[in-house]
Formats: sequence, C-alpha cells, structure tokens
Amino acid sequence: MKPPVAYRQYHPKWHRTRVSTFWWSRKWSYLKFMLRELSSVFVAFYVVILLLQLHALRGGPDAYQGFQDWLRNPLLVILNGISFLFVLFHAVTWFNLTPKAMAVRLRGKRLPDVLVAAPNYVAWLAVSALVVFLLTRQG
Amino acid sequence: MAKRSNEPLLWALFSGGGVAAAFLLPVLIFLYGLAFPLGWLQPPDHERTLELVQHPLTRLVLFLLCFLSLFHWAHRFRFTLYDGLQIKHLNPAINLFCYGGAVTGTVAAAYLLWTLP
Amino acid sequence: MAETITIEVARYRPEEEGEPALQSYEVPLNKDWVVLDALNHIKDHVDGSLSFRWSCRMGVCGSCGMTVNGEPKLTCATFLSHYAPGPIRVEPLKNFPVVRDLVIEMTDFLEKLQSVKPWIVRKDDPAPAKGEFLQTPEQLDEFKQFSMCINCMICYAACPVYGLDPQFVGPAAIALAQRYNLDSRDQGEQERLDVLSQHEGIWGCTFVGECTEVCPKNVDPAGAIQQYKLAATKDWFKSFLMPWSKQ
Repeated sequence: MKPPVAYRQYHPKWHRTRVSTFWWSRKWSYLKFMLRELSSVFVAFYVVILLLQLHALRGGPDAYQGFQDWLRNPLLVILNGISFLFVLFHAVTWFNLTPKAMAVRLRGKRLPDVLVAAPNYVAWLAVSALVVFLLTRQG
Repeated sequence: MAKRSNEPLLWALFSGGGVAAAFLLPVLIFLYGLAFPLGWLQPPDHERTLELVQHPLTRLVLFLLCFLSLFHWAHRFRFTLYDGLQIKHLNPAINLFCYGGAVTGTVAAAYLLWTLP
Repeated sequence: MAETITIEVARYRPEEEGEPALQSYEVPLNKDWVVLDALNHIKDHVDGSLSFRWSCRMGVCGSCGMTVNGEPKLTCATFLSHYAPGPIRVEPLKNFPVVRDLVIEMTDFLEKLQSVKPWIVRKDDPAPAKGEFLQTPEQLDEFKQFSMCINCMICYAACPVYGLDPQFVGPAAIALAQRYNLDSRDQGEQERLDVLSQHEGIWGCTFVGECTEVCPKNVDPAGAIQQYKLAATKDWFKSFLMPWSKQ
C-alpha cells in the first residue's frame, strides 16, 4: 500500500483504538471462528497418532498390541473425545462453506447453497461407511 | 509482472487438507479414539491391519491424508497465531515451526509407509 | 409526556478531550424512528455540537454506518424500538481512526477501493464506435449481488483481520473487484489479480465470515474473497505449469 496521503499530517489528532488481544472472546461468532481454526490442532494431533500407529505396525504384533493398549489410557480417550468433536466441527463448517467458494451455476442461475453442500454430506457418509466396513470386517 | 507469491500453493494445500480431514478424520478418530478403545466395536488385529495398509491404494490415501492434513494445520495454525495472539513479528519462527513441522511429519509418513514390510 | 429512550453517544472532540467518552441523551421513543433520526433530533434540538455523517436516510448512500450496541449498523435502518427499553450505545465504526464524535477517517478505504480498479477496464479503449456494450440478463445476474455494495464500510468494521492488519485490502474492495471481474464487458481481471494476489490482498483473509453477516445489502464479500482465492490459485498453477501462457 502507498504511504499515507500528505494532508494527514495537518489533520487534528485522530483517536485510534488498538484491537484487544482477546478480541475473539468478546463475541460468539468470533469465538466460533477461533474454535474452527483451532480444530486444525486436533487434525495434526490425529496425524501424530496415525504415525505412531504405523510405527507400531512395523514393530510386529506385540508392538501393535502395545499401541492399542496405549489408546485405552483414559486421558487419551478423553483427549480423543474432544478431538472428535473438533474434527466434526471442522467437517461441518468446511462442507457448509464450500458453496461460498464455489459459485456453481446451472443454466445461468446460481445453485442454492444447500444443493452445493448436500453432495458433500452424501459423499461424507459414504466414505465413513466404507471406512467402518473395511476396519470392522473380520477376516 | 507482480512478485510471485507462494500463497496460492500453500492455500491449495490447506484446502486439500481441509477436504481430506473433513472426509476421513471424524470416522477415523471415532473408531480409533473412542469405539475401539472403549470396546464398542472390535478392532482389526495386527495381521488384518497390515494387510489393509499394505495395499498400494491404502498407502497412497494415508500418505495424502498425512501430507495434506499437516499442511492444512500449518496454514490455519499460522494464521491463528497471527490473529489470535497478534504475534506477527515472530513470523519467521512461526513459519519455521508450522511448515517445518508439516514437512517433518510428511517425510516421516512417507518413510513409514514406504518401508512397511 | 411521551415515552423516551436513553442514547449514549461516544463524543470525541480532539481539542477538548484525549479519549472518547460517552454522553447520554434522552430522546423520544417514536416507533418509526431509527437511530439516525434520534441523532438528528439531538443535533437539531439538544446539542448542536454533535458530529456525524449521513445523507440519504434510506440505505443507499452508505454514509451513516456506526456501531450500535457493539454491532456495526446502518443507523438509518436500525430502529430505536428494537433496542427498547434501552439504553442504546452509539459509537463510531470500529477499525477506523476517529476524527470527531461519530466521524471516522476513511481515506485508507478509498485508496484501497481505487487500487482494485472498480470500473470497467477495456483493452480496446476508447469505447468502440459501435455503441454500448450489450449484456444479457443472465450475464448481469453473474455479478449483480456484488454490485449492490454501497461502500458503507460496515464490513471493514466487522473484519478482525482489517482491525489487526490495516494493510489488508478488505472485504468491500475485494467484492467490488470481483463484481467487475464477473462483468462480461470487463477485461481487467488480470490487472486486478496482480494487485489482489499480493500478500495483503486476498491471502490475509481467514474467512471469519462476519463481513457477509453484517452487510446491509447482502453482498457476501466473504464469498467473493474465497472465489477469488480459488481463481488466483488456478492462475498460479496455470502460470507455473504453462509459463508461456502469460507473456
């Protein structure tokens, strides 16, 4: 951006308010935004768990059993419960915001946001069902 | 021509990661974080898990999931630190932490998946 | 005596006080009065020294944006009765320097607006002798929503990113850039992209989404910015994979 225009220096003094560090705690919609952004921490947290799982998988059946026992630690279960809520929040906000970024047009008319978001949810259900099927099918 | 910014690449990775995480993480965290440890569902044993992960398609999906999710985190967390705590002056350190972390995790994922027996 | 409501107005007279302070006024609670009517009542009958901007009184000029009970609002479209029994707190728009009372300094916004070239850019300037550029209703519909912007700066007041980083180009300017990009008569998309693909352009936006929530004209600047990011990303990959496509 350009430097301020020259006449400003002759202007009477303005009052500027500094944005508070905790600006996001003052309003529900801002707080919701902050929680949405913090969901990324739990996304990364899961990747770490996944990497540990892969590491245990390479270590053989005993190491893998150890990993599964470790997941039963109550603290970890609570943490994963919180993590689950956050990624759920991420998924819902993400799917709902997609129509904003993609203005889908059909025969000259913009499709309503609901119609753009709906396929996301259908695909989400399908993917989730497939993962559950693959991981719980025995043998 | 204007100065080339690498923001579009980072944003593309962020978006890709957002999609990957939205589709896969809720179900994976539900299963591995809650349903299996709490005994609601029977988890696949070592042999079965290995068999699943050894499939090239699974390896690819898991690699992309790690890679994109980490860059999704890096991007979002970077801006959260900027905006939420107003510490933009620590820019280089934040970038190193976020993107360095993402690169490290991605390399680890590639190594683990590649060298799986 | 008719019913009244208390209005607390932020006063700032730089020659008298170093900090803005609230001053209370009692105004009649007429059910068809908006906050702007109350301010005009104060100015005309109670305290002529009160300063604020206004013009059309009907949501078209975009001059009377202020903070009402903490929310950025067009005061000509904000009814007193909505806040009864009161009190109502009226302050200048947030994120802008205050010149006096409810008047903010908006040069920064005007410069940003200009930087994105919110007008029809043609490569075949001057306009062809054949006459006007024709446009179908469908083509108009593509950008109509973004053209409703009245430059009231309410979205800037709601945008935490602009508050934190005044370098950020901001919601309305980007929405208006998109309005011209989507116009079938315009050819300036690349010029605008060169401005907006900078770090302070679209990339500062973290999609808080408040700009869209508060917009009195339903412009959806947040949507415009995300669409712009998508377009800029496509452009980046295109010029990365096919450097010869851009000279």
